Amino acid sequence: MAEAVREFTAIGTRPIRPDGVEKVTGKANFGADFSLPGMLYGKVLRSPYAHARVKGIDLSEAKAMEGVFSVITSADFPKENPSDMSCNILAREKVLYHGHALAAVAARSQSIAEEAINSIKVEYEVLQPVLSADAALAEDAPLVDENLRTNGDESFMPSNVAATVHYERGDVDKGFEKADYIVEEEYRIPSAHQGYIEPHACVADVNEKGRASVWCCTQGAFEVRNYISEVLQKKISDIKVTPSEIGGGFGGKTVVYVEPVAVRLSELAGRPVKMVMNREEVFRATGPCSATVCRVKVGANKDGIITAAKAWMAYEAGAFPGSPVTPGCMSIFAPYDLKNFVIDGLDVLVNKPKVAAYRAPGAPQSMHAMESAVDELARKLNMDPIDLRLKNAADEGTEAPYGPKYPAIGLVECLKAAKVHPNYVNKPAKDVGRGVAVGFWFNIGMQSSAEIWVAPNGAVTIMEGSPDIGGSRASMCLMAAETLGIPYDSINAVIGDTESTGFCNLTGGSRTTFATGLAVVRACEDVIAECKRRAAMTWDLDTEQVDWENGFAVPRPGVNIEAEPLSFAELAKTAGRTGGPLVGRASVNAQGAGACFSVNWTDVTVDRDTGKVDVQAFTAVQDAGRAIHPSYVEGQMQGGAVQGIGWALNEEYIYDDNGVLENASFLDYRIPVASDVPMIDCQIVEVPNPSHPYGVRGVGETPIVAPLAATANAVREVLGFRINDLPMSPPRVLEALDNAS
Amino acid sequence: MARVVFPSNLMNYTNGISEVEVSCSTFRELVRQLNNLYPGIGDDLRKSAVAIDGQIYQDAWFEKIGPTSEVFFMQRIEGG
Repeated sequence: MAEAVREFTAIGTRPIRPDGVEKVTGKANFGADFSLPGMLYGKVLRSPYAHARVKGIDLSEAKAMEGVFSVITSADFPKENPSDMSCNILAREKVLYHGHALAAVAARSQSIAEEAINSIKVEYEVLQPVLSADAALAEDAPLVDENLRTNGDESFMPSNVAATVHYERGDVDKGFEKADYIVEEEYRIPSAHQGYIEPHACVADVNEKGRASVWCCTQGAFEVRNYISEVLQKKISDIKVTPSEIGGGFGGKTVVYVEPVAVRLSELAGRPVKMVMNREEVFRATGPCSATVCRVKVGANKDGIITAAKAWMAYEAGAFPGSPVTPGCMSIFAPYDLKNFVIDGLDVLVNKPKVAAYRAPGAPQSMHAMESAVDELARKLNMDPIDLRLKNAADEGTEAPYGPKYPAIGLVECLKAAKVHPNYVNKPAKDVGRGVAVGFWFNIGMQSSAEIWVAPNGAVTIMEGSPDIGGSRASMCLMAAETLGIPYDSINAVIGDTESTGFCNLTGGSRTTFATGLAVVRACEDVIAECKRRAAMTWDLDTEQVDWENGFAVPRPGVNIEAEPLSFAELAKTAGRTGGPLVGRASVNAQGAGACFSVNWTDVTVDRDTGKVDVQAFTAVQDAGRAIHPSYVEGQMQGGAVQGIGWALNEEYIYDDNGVLENASFLDYRIPVASDVPMIDCQIVEVPNPSHPYGVRGVGETPIVAPLAATANAVREVLGFRINDLPMSPPRVLEALDNAS
Repeated sequence: MARVVFPSNLMNYTNGISEVEVSCSTFRELVRQLNNLYPGIGDDLRKSAVAIDGQIYQDAWFEKIGPTSEVFFMQRIEGG
C-alpha cells in the first residue's frame, strides 16, 4: 500500500488504537452485554402481514400471565401527533410491513416473555400489499398511507409518492443534439442490509421519579436521547443514554427501534428492561437501504465531452416517507462538469420496513447507474475509462449539479493517481475483465464537543461523545498529540454518556474525525492557552510573551529573559500551585466538511458454468484530505469496497408475493467473507480540506459508492454484455448467459 | 446583490421561482428577508443546508453574505 505523505510528528503514524486490547481480548462491552439486578426481558409482537388494518388487540391473557410485569401497545405511547418514528416503533391503525411491531411485553424471563407475546390475539383485516416502486406508481395502486399527499403537489390527491426532487441546468435537448454517442439504460438494485454484526440491544431503567437511564449500542447517544424524548414526549433532561461499544452500524444504528419500547415497559413495570433483537427481527423489522430504479441517458461528442445527461430515479422509502432520493439525485452527476442535465427523483412508499441510512445513503444506487452508462460511453468512444472521466471531471470551481461551485476537491488527483498506478498500468490477463468507476460523497460537519483533562503526571484524557466505530479514538489521540506536542501514548480518549460530555451529533456522515476532531483540536488549544498563561505567571511575563513549541512553553523570541522551557508534564505537575488542574474544552458546529471523491477498479472472472463472479483484484484510490491514522482510512476504504462488492454480487432482500422476506438470516442473505475477496489495495490521495486545521475530509462513506459500478463494468467486460440489475448473483448471471446464447 | 437559488422542494413557497437576488450581509438577514418575501418559507430555510460561495453549511446563521455571493439552499445531508 502506498504511504501517505507525512508532514507531522503524530499525524500520519499508525499506532495501536486505545481500545484495541479490550476488543481483541473480548473484554469490551457491547449492547447485549449490559445487565442490571432485577432486570426483566422485553419481547415484541410483530405483524404476520405486510399490510393490514388492526381491528382489535386482546392483551388480557398476556397481562394475567405469571411473571409478566408490563404489556404495551401504541395506546401506551402519547396519542397526539405521533411521529413516523413512533408509528414505526409500534403500529397504530394499520400494520405496514411484515414484522411491523404491534405490542411488547416485559417479563421475568425470555421464555415467559415469548409465551406472553404468543398469547396476544390480534384481529386483522388483511389488505393488498404494495411491494415495489413499480407497483406503488401504478395508477390503481393500493395506498400504503391513505393520508399521504405528495409534497408540493397542489392536487392534494392521495399518493404513494411522498416527495419529488428535480434539478436541471442548461438545455438538455440541445445537449443531446450535439452528442455523437448516446447511452440510455435502466438499472435496478434491490434493498441491502448494512451488514452490522451486532443486533440492536438496550437496557432501560426508569426510576420512581420518571428518570430514564438507557444503555444501548448506537451511532449517537444524544440522538437516542432526542428520539426517546420525541416518541415518549419526555423531557431530555429526564433521559440519560450511555453508548456501549458498537459492533457495526453503517447507518443502521442512527435510528431507534427498541429503546423507547424498553423505556415505556420499564416505566410501567418499575424494573429495568433489557431488549435484544434477534437476527431475524433485525432483517424483518429494521431499515435496510432503498431498493431503486434508475434510468439514465448520457450523450457525448466524438471527443469524449459529455454534452447532456438525464436521470430519473425512484427510491423505495419503505412504509414511511424519507428515502435518500435527494442525495441520490444530488450525487448522480457530482463527479462531472455538466452544462446540460435534468434529474428527477421520487420518494416512494411500499409495504416494507422503513429504510435507514447505509453508508453514503442514496449515492451507490444512482451512481451505479451513471458510472455504468459512462463505461458504455467509453466503449463506444473506444476511450480509456479513466481518460473519459478526466475529460469531464469536476474540479475546484466546477458547479456541482446541486448548485454551488466546488472548493478544492481531489477527483482529478485521484484519477491521475489511478492512471499511473501499477495495478492499472498492468493490463488484466485473458478472460479477466476490468471495470472502473468513481465515487463521491458530500460529507458533513455538525455539532461536536470535547473536553481535555490533564493529570498531574501529564497524561491527558479526551472526553467526547462520538461512538467509536472505525478507530476514531485513535484519531482523536493523534490530533491531540500533534496539537499539544506530547506523546500519543500519554493520551486516552473516552466516549462519554449524555450527562458526562457536551452534545455530539451521531457518528455518521463521515463527520467524526472532521468535526469531533476539530473540537478536540480546539480543546487542546484551550489547554495550551492556559499552559502559556501559567508559564507567563511563572516567568513574570505577559501571556503574549510566551509561545508553545512542540510541547513546551517558551519565551517568545526577543523576550529578554533567561528561562528554561517548561514542558507540558512540568506544567501539569505544578498545576496545583499555579491555579488548579489543567482542563480545556471546546464545542463546534463544524462547517465546510469537504467533499470526498474516489476511483476504484477491479479485475474479475466469471465461471460460465456456475455463474459465479470472482473478484481477483480490487484497488481503491481516495482523497482523504489528510489521513490522520492511515490504517483506519485504509480500513474504511477496504470495508466499503467489500460491502460494495457484496451488494454488487450477492446481497438482496428477497420478498415473496405477500411481502414476507424470504432470506432473513446471514445464511440466506450472503455478505462477503474474507475468503470471497482479494486484498483491497489502497492508495490515499491527500488534497487537504482548508476548513480543518489538519486538512481532514471524512472518508467513511465514499468507499462504498464506486464498487457497485466498478464490479458491474468488470463483469460486462468479461461477458461482452451488461447485466443492468444487481446483484450479479450466480442465478442472474446464468440467466443472462442463457439469454445471450 | 447576492444570487439566491432554491431547490425544487422550496419552490412551492416561491410560486415556482427558482432564483432571486437579495441584498443582505448575513445568512440570518437573508432568511428574514426571504420570509418577508415568501411568507412561511423561513422555517424550511432554517431546516435546510446552504452553500454560500461554495462552502456548505448545515446550520448557518451569522455567516457573511457579500454583494456577489452565490447562495444555494439544499436538503441537509445526513449519512450512515
